[in-house]
Amino acid sequence: MDAKSEILSRIRTALGPDRTPVDVPRTYTRTTPETDDIPTLFATRAADYQARVRRVTAQPTLAGPGGPTALIPFDPVPVAAAITDLLKTTHVRSLVVPADFPEALLPQDNYVIRRDDPPLPVADLDTTDAVLTGCAAAIAETGTIILNAGPLQGRRALTLIPDTHLCLVRADQIVGTVPEALSTVDATAPLTWISGPSATSDIELHRVEGVHGPRTLLILIID
Amino acid sequence: MGMPAFPEAARTALADGQLRANLRTATGTIRAKRAAVVAERADWEQLREAGRAIKDQALHDLDTHLLRLEEQVTAAGGVVHWARDAAEANRIVVGLVRAAAADEVVKVKSMATQEIELNEALAAAGITAHETDLAELIVQLGHDRPSHILVPAIHRNRSQIRDLFQREMPDAPPGLTDDPVALAGAAREHLRRKFLAARVAISGANFAVAETGSLVVVESEGNGRMCLTLPEVLISVVGIEKVIPTWQDLEVMLQLLPRSATGERMNPYTTIWRGTTPGDGPREFHLVLLDNGRTAALADEIGRDALRCIRCSACLNVCPVYERTGGHAYGSVYPGPIGAILTPQLRGVDADPVAKSLPYASTLCGACYEVCPVMIDIPKALVHLRAKVVDANRANPSPERTAMKVAAWIFARTRRLELLQRLTARVASLLFRKPTITRLPPPLSRWTETRDAPTPPPEPFRDWWSRTREEP
Ligand code: SF4
Repeated sequence: MDAKSEILSRIRTALGPDRTPVDVPRTYTRTTPETDDIPTLFATRAADYQARVRRVTAQPTLAGPGGPTALIPFDPVPVAAAITDLLKTTHVRSLVVPADFPEALLPQDNYVIRRDDPPLPVADLDTTDAVLTGCAAAIAETGTIILNAGPLQGRRALTLIPDTHLCLVRADQIVGTVPEALSTVDATAPLTWISGPSATSDIELHRVEGVHGPRTLLILIID
Repeated sequence: MGMPAFPEAARTALADGQLRANLRTATGTIRAKRAAVVAERADWEQLREAGRAIKDQALHDLDTHLLRLEEQVTAAGGVVHWARDAAEANRIVVGLVRAAAADEVVKVKSMATQEIELNEALAAAGITAHETDLAELIVQLGHDRPSHILVPAIHRNRSQIRDLFQREMPDAPPGLTDDPVALAGAAREHLRRKFLAARVAISGANFAVAETGSLVVVESEGNGRMCLTLPEVLISVVGIEKVIPTWQDLEVMLQLLPRSATGERMNPYTTIWRGTTPGDGPREFHLVLLDNGRTAALADEIGRDALRCIRCSACLNVCPVYERTGGHAYGSVYPGPIGAILTPQLRGVDADPVAKSLPYASTLCGACYEVCPVMIDIPKALVHLRAKVVDANRANPSPERTAMKVAAWIFARTRRLELLQRLTARVASLLFRKPTITRLPPPLSRWTETRDAPTPPPEPFRDWWSRTREEP
């Protein structure tokens, strides 16, 4: 008997003929109360885990099919200014952006900008200081951002190798809870959930920021 | 496995003051953190109930869910392999690494690969495995064994780690301090080249979703993301009990696990992937489904509960026995309360002295059951396994069993008991002067090794009673 058939037959013998169906009681909380200010909760919780969070207000633009507004349904000018300000607080000199990242959102100062189009070799990513992306969704309760390789995000290696990650989060992308996030996000492509910068609890169980992933996580919430 | 049984190993550990201090600090920290984030959730008990039911649902129809998982992973471009035991799993992995023409692999911490001793099998095939988790690196550099599920180097404190890095890591920066940030930085530099150059990675998985074929790895440092993203070939070795039926089930598990494990609302990084994705991550994905004793545990109606375990390690952190002995004393990959019920089942209760002694490595205080996110009644399972150990040993009489038989014979007649008591009193008054006896000759030494015995009184109670009551 091959391994698969043998394991399956061991399972069938172990469980016997009559199996009692098990129901999952889903009485736990699945949504946050309407009254909660979701973006503010997200900002606080992300900051709890040492992400540096800023907020910027941008007027919504009418989303047209195709065209740049499909990617950024807001006025890019104040957002680009906020990105520039936020980067000034760091030592970042070079930036990588995903292939679809709009020109209008790039910082206005003198940065070396590398576009991941065609895909850059990892060695180039390794010598780039920061990465600038959007996200697929964010979870307020846990301060988590979710990437799914969708618009403005690029492939996974982009947000992994540079030491600083600046992530744009639109207020309408933030959901309250983990259950809400899992039911919204498209999981066909790989998902990366990020809650604060890389950390370890391996030394005496104290959380220390910064091991292999980006050691600085900057979040810009667009209201 | 040439490991000593729990009582001997525990004795050594208990004598190590530094180890006990390290463990006390670490488990104390994590207990407080966990309690704080669990208290935030008014629905924690409902989440636990759901967690238990999800894992039970998966286990009670394990064949169906595994077949679904295989179908989904295959549809998404992955290849599924089945391994009956450790040797078969190791053979499969070695074969895959060879096929990729690699002589080095990067590894992200996985209990399953420790259980099957994959690193040793790779080494025997001339393949070097680099552990990339900080704690695993500390363990590997120290030629040591892991002592905790989540924090395998919990037995070492920061200055011990600094000394180890300076001694064993050729590229450790000069003047490295014992500041955890500096230590983490040194590990980052040390592993960076390995990640960027690696062609094959080996991982485990925290969950495998049957409905979608998604694999989930929950981690903190980013070494997991490196391993799951950068190499060309990814091999994940996953115990068959890791399957959960539906995508929605993740909403429960991803809340229970981080809060129970590191006491965080969410761990820094979680990666969820299905098969392969062109242009993003490995080009080849292999899933090795591992039995290695799990189906034997499944056959035991009480013991099978242990298969619900999501390896959060909360039960270790609250266990008074673990806090004092540490993980090495358990002589198995799975230490602490969960190890005490899982190891004997995976290996067989009768397999070796370690497996046999583990069900007794507990005070049955129940703290582990209270914190377990999937409500495994560990004390109940321990008692059940003790009974199985006893059954397995019924054939060969132990000193304890012989003593009990003799006692039964004596207690059966009042006369016999009175005679024996007088005799003991007489002998004891000749031999012992102090109120307690600290050492007795074998086989009675088995008792006095671990506790003192009171010296028998010069006059037995029954004699004293009749003397003082019956002559007014
Ligand atoms: S038995 Fe429960 S508490 Fe212990 S590691 Fe497993 S899931 Fe966690």
